[in-house]
Amino acid sequence: MKTPTAYGGSVAVPRLPTWLGSQSIINILLEQGVDTVFGYLGAAVLPLFEQIGKVTGQTASINDYITDCLNQETIMTQNAPQNTAPAKAGSQHIVDILEEQGVEVMFGYLGGVVLPLFDKIYDSRIKFIIPRHEQGGCHMADAYARATGKVGVIIATSGPGATNLVTGIANAMMDSVPLVAITGQVRTELIGNDAFQEADMTGITRPITKHNMILKNPAELPQAFREAFYIARTGRPGPVLIDLPVDMQIAQIPVTPPTPIELPGFHLRTRGHARQISLAAQAINEAKRPVLYVGGGVIISNAAEELRTLAQKANIPVTMTLLGLGAYDQGRDESLDMLGMHGSAYANYAVQNCDLLIAVGARFDDRVTGRLKSFAPHAKVIHVDLDPASISKNVNADIPVVGDAKEVLKAMAEEVEFRPREDWFKQIAVWKKKHPFRYDTNAKVIKPQYVIEEIWRQTQGQATIVTGVGQHQMWTAQFYKFSRPRQFITSGGLGTMGFGLPAAIGAQLARPGELVIDIDGDSSFNMTLTELSTAVQYELPVKVCILNNGYMGMVRQWQELFYGKRYSCSYLQNPDFANLARAFGAVGYTVEKKEDVAPTIDKMIKETRPCVVDFRVDREENVWPMVPAGKSLDEMSGLDIFEMA
Amino acid sequence: MKHILSALVQNKPGVLAHVAGMFAARAFNIDSLTVGRTEDPTLSRMTIVVIGNDKTVEQVRKQLAKIITVVKVQDFAGLDVVARDLMLISVACPPEKRPEVLALIEMFNAKVVDIATKYVMVEVSGPESKIEAFIEACRPYGIKNMVRTGSVAMPRQTRAATQDEDSSK
Repeated sequence: MKTPTAYGGSVAVPRLPTWLGSQSIINILLEQGVDTVFGYLGAAVLPLFEQIGKVTGQTASINDYITDCLNQETIMTQNAPQNTAPAKAGSQHIVDILEEQGVEVMFGYLGGVVLPLFDKIYDSRIKFIIPRHEQGGCHMADAYARATGKVGVIIATSGPGATNLVTGIANAMMDSVPLVAITGQVRTELIGNDAFQEADMTGITRPITKHNMILKNPAELPQAFREAFYIARTGRPGPVLIDLPVDMQIAQIPVTPPTPIELPGFHLRTRGHARQISLAAQAINEAKRPVLYVGGGVIISNAAEELRTLAQKANIPVTMTLLGLGAYDQGRDESLDMLGMHGSAYANYAVQNCDLLIAVGARFDDRVTGRLKSFAPHAKVIHVDLDPASISKNVNADIPVVGDAKEVLKAMAEEVEFRPREDWFKQIAVWKKKHPFRYDTNAKVIKPQYVIEEIWRQTQGQATIVTGVGQHQMWTAQFYKFSRPRQFITSGGLGTMGFGLPAAIGAQLARPGELVIDIDGDSSFNMTLTELSTAVQYELPVKVCILNNGYMGMVRQWQELFYGKRYSCSYLQNPDFANLARAFGAVGYTVEKKEDVAPTIDKMIKETRPCVVDFRVDREENVWPMVPAGKSLDEMSGLDIFEMA
Repeated sequence: MKHILSALVQNKPGVLAHVAGMFAARAFNIDSLTVGRTEDPTLSRMTIVVIGNDKTVEQVRKQLAKIITVVKVQDFAGLDVVARDLMLISVACPPEKRPEVLALIEMFNAKVVDIATKYVMVEVSGPESKIEAFIEACRPYGIKNMVRTGSVAMPRQTRAATQDEDSSK
């Protein structure tokens, strides 16, 4: 290859078969007869200036101006202007935003298209928990959010990893839990192409998320993540899904200061309308037989104190939904405990006979109302809720109040007055005396209710209790009396079996050092028992009490009552749970005799490792009372089983 | 009963799917749905005709408003609105029937947009009642094919209309 004449022989230029781009440029400049070049150094032109430096001395061809610049070269490189904004990878943006949003614990499972994100997580100070199945991880994040009030975070890879989250996301949606689910997605060019491990997560989760988005423009990534957290926790909380293509994680995105959140379609009204609140207070003051019907919204709103103030100032009895348990101290006389399908008789009778029903943060779910046409037939209805869509959806509200429970209850309490309501409380006392929750305490076989009562006694009613779904869940709601919000964590709206163990893990992470007990059923436990490994790996001393009756208890009860005891497919062959627990590295006990119940619970509470206790309980015990489908709340079955005079 | 809802939505992919999905999930009955851009490139307007009683439509309106990408929902019930539907209809029209059919078209203030030996394609726009009437008028001749946009609607701004609005409060 011919050596360009411009360089002469005084400069040592390596005779290479190829030229560096910068060398070629200098050659061409000289060839073109350029004798003056103007320029300013910077990082991205260092190679070119290096070549320029090599032609120093060629005064005939290169102007002295360049030489001057070159003499300043070292100074300039040190003071190189930052004319490009600092940029970092999308995945780094994400981890930084998670930390900025106050995330301390998060959950997730690896996969191909989330490798870039996990690489940045490796250096993060956030505690990361790996479940054995994405569904378990999602329930963990959900329970963590319920216990702390913070936003839970779950990460999964594309395709099957993401679809494994569907149950958990739907569960969070139904119970209004703040969750951010980050699912990896295939590269943007491959979307819609049936790529490997591709799934249309935004399509699949649209009906079960508060909001979802797929990120295709790297510049939008930081704001999108901040918006996701904002939407998840603001107003009525809910799960938000971000579908994150792998190239978005790798893309270099400039770092810009955060811009304010602008969501034109997101409206929030927290302070109730003053006139509506006054009308409500007036109705309360005039009511002879009022009832406060309180749901999960009171707990989400952190309004337990305002509720207590209102209930005691105005002298109103309080009944709670499954998700509202803990909003009012069940140790107090005014508590009517839970209402509804398996609620207390005294709560159901109170609702059916009240003249004013004050619903706060509850949505008149069908498990609560029974037959809608005959629900609370004599009552005027006040409905306080943050979500206007819930008001008058099932039951017409005479006095609707759209607002945050905490703010509304506070304002309402200022306008109510004490009324003695002696007759009403006398009537309630009669119902309470005649129909307490009860079971056969003399039975030789272990009654599941006895196990729960014993747990309650030995924990002084102070433990964090988590359940699966089924009969055991209902008995827990009936026999474990709760005294504070966020003490009881259970799957209400969706009723997801298998919620128990992963939820206990999430709750334990939220409350290190505190006692967390999962009261579970054998069929529910079977669904997610693989998460015992997670509890062992992260040394989370959760306690699992399996009320083992060898059946899918709740549906077996329905088969007994409505299908002539044809137990079609409602039984499972179970492993030896205690042995299984030991194989996982946890502690296991089996209890088959009534006299071993109390001592084993005592041992369990003192365990410092994850512990499973298999209580072999009465196989065909039923949950009473029960409002059968299609009946009204006062048409309960099972009241006569242990009728008290 | 038919109600017209007008929703202002963000012009983002997936919004139409979200709205349609919500209607399906909650078993609301959609008679027609049409969506198009507005003068603001970030916003689109959706006009939905819902079949249901007042209570149902109230719930539809609230559930729509709940969707984060839906900015504003208006229920046009009780308002004086201008509502228009556009239809393209291919009517059987042998040469001997042509004068009749053309007269019919003129009566409805419609336009012939395509003509063949046996068919004529007509463009008709107007309130739903006019469209329905034209379809019935064409039926004896034979309808080969038809396509409709569904209603778009906007409230009247005339003085009389706004006065009515004030008095109804």
